[in-house]
Amino acid sequence: MALLEVRDLRVQFETPEGVVQAVNGIDFHLESGETLAIVGESGAGKSQLVMAIMGLLAENGSASGAADFKGQDLMQMPQKELNKIRGREIAMIFQDPMTSLNPFLTIEKQMTEVVMHHQGLGKHEARGHAVEMLRAVRIPDPEERVKQYPHEYSGGMRQRVMIAMGLLCEPDLLIADEPSTALDVTVQAQIMQLVGELRDKSNMSMILITHDLAVVAEICDRIIVMYAGEMVEAGTVDDIFYRPRHPYTQGLLASVPRLDRLADDELHTIPGNPPNLLDLPSGCRFRDRCSLAREVCFEAPPLQVQDDGCMSRCFIDMNSGEFLPVQSNSDEDNTGEDSM
Amino acid sequence: MNNPVLRVQDLAVNFISHTGGLLRRKERILRAVNGISFELHASETIGIVGESGSGKSTLARAILGLIKPNRGRVMWLGENLTELEEEALRQKRKEIQIVFQDPIASLNPRMTAGDIISEPLWTFYPNMARLQVEERTRGMMKMVGLLPNQINRYPHEFSGGQCQRIGIARALVLNPRLVVCDEPVSALDVSIQAQIINLLKDLQKKLGLALIFVAHDLSVVKHISDRVMVMYMGCNMEVSQREALYRRPLHPYTSALMKSVPIPDPKLAAEARQDSWLTGDMPSPYEPPKGCIFHTRCPYKVKRCEADVPALRRMEHGDWVACHRAEDLDLSI
Repeated sequence: MALLEVRDLRVQFETPEGVVQAVNGIDFHLESGETLAIVGESGAGKSQLVMAIMGLLAENGSASGAADFKGQDLMQMPQKELNKIRGREIAMIFQDPMTSLNPFLTIEKQMTEVVMHHQGLGKHEARGHAVEMLRAVRIPDPEERVKQYPHEYSGGMRQRVMIAMGLLCEPDLLIADEPSTALDVTVQAQIMQLVGELRDKSNMSMILITHDLAVVAEICDRIIVMYAGEMVEAGTVDDIFYRPRHPYTQGLLASVPRLDRLADDELHTIPGNPPNLLDLPSGCRFRDRCSLAREVCFEAPPLQVQDDGCMSRCFIDMNSGEFLPVQSNSDEDNTGEDSM
Repeated sequence: MNNPVLRVQDLAVNFISHTGGLLRRKERILRAVNGISFELHASETIGIVGESGSGKSTLARAILGLIKPNRGRVMWLGENLTELEEEALRQKRKEIQIVFQDPIASLNPRMTAGDIISEPLWTFYPNMARLQVEERTRGMMKMVGLLPNQINRYPHEFSGGQCQRIGIARALVLNPRLVVCDEPVSALDVSIQAQIINLLKDLQKKLGLALIFVAHDLSVVKHISDRVMVMYMGCNMEVSQREALYRRPLHPYTSALMKSVPIPDPKLAAEARQDSWLTGDMPSPYEPPKGCIFHTRCPYKVKRCEADVPALRRMEHGDWVACHRAEDLDLSI
């Protein structure tokens, strides 16, 4: 049984301008010990997807669908039950380490609170545990540093504290929402390496959310690429990096500035901007930015699924790279000639 | 080459903070920019790269006269900007403009795109005819890739990338000769970053601008810079021609920065990790290390680095470096 299985998850927000469909029917599963990356631009719905799973949507948001964690549906769970799982079995690390820590409390206070609440440890024990965890994330001199306040830590160290807090209760699943985006590249590398090592030691599962494919290249097993609330491609890390099928994934990979390539003057770009979720184009949502778009793309593209779990939501055949033969709407005969 | 348009000489900015309460008040000096010198020619782009806290934004602001430097000169077309009176400096802003990091926070949410872009025109040319202002504003929008019919829209109706285009249009509307871009793409999505970098590059070519491009990531400046300057804790570590820097960095810190750029390829990334990364954090800027400021994190340090401050010196092929061991280290990629 999968550790987490998400089926047809939808998230919508009531806004003054109308209802925004932020996540539009996402399915995925996560095995224990596996790391899944969810990649997409801002507005793709990747953060709202996990916020919905964690029951942390803003007040104007609502979600439907199922998220079975160890066989229990998190979406149907009463708040009280959910509180026992959050922080203990599923931990979450947020993007901004500056605003996720309470500036008025010492690191010790913030860290021990978690274990005292979830595991009923005494103050002394909890403190020892916190110091151990800080040592594990390589905070130098943890016995002293634990007494300090967040402002006495650098950005990278604060994010390490967040990771330490996330791991305090030895969760089965760690969800990290852009854990290194707010950090310098030099620190980013350290943090991602650290996260990978800690995962290997504890055999926990991870969901990493990022807008930058390069950051997760080394650390994840599978990748889901989201665009405008939909999953456009899914596959193993090798599939996505070496055999990207969807034009959006190909564009994302090509637009990463690379040091190991010549500075051949023009950087590849995906033209245009992500669509307005209040005013989505008909058919393929990526159509307006896709260099390969044809007339057929005004229809909703099919989700192609292969035996190995690779998926692509596109009219381009995953195997041949050619456009799928056009089907007539009424019958299911798909041997019809390509009339384009 | 002809004369540089901008010549920064030994520029230093200190920030002073107080600790220890009312009676035992102690002054602490933070040397945010510590003796930076470089030159910039017309139609040239210099990339300034460093981690947060390296002083790169402070340097950018000091060049614009938004922060008063404690020492040094900013020579703009032969005139020292640091000695100008306020009004004279204000007039220079027609020639020197800035693009900010956060595209959304740097735009007034209550002004339309048109108002934002045309504001500098009203400020400097209050007698300009309304029609002329509008024509120029629409022209600017077109130039940066916005639709002129979006002129009456507000910032929240635009995406992050489009907001940055508005910021660029605002900076260019006065026909400046130098534009300072302070991390113009670091708040944007990867796919949009490339658009903005290409746009800046096109505009620079078209308008013959001198450009200062500040970033924390060497991969971002690679595509736009002619030369790259690397800063660490307020000091200049290296200034090199782009081709040379990316082939063979002279300073160990430059090399470390290059190694920490993520590679979008799982196999290459795993290989690259075998090389050691920069470890540890930047030391406290209030107590900078003695000797070479980078020696506490440098894998190549020798005894001498702990005692002597390396001067920025010119190497044979014309690039500059501040490292005692620059000659005997081969940091080729």
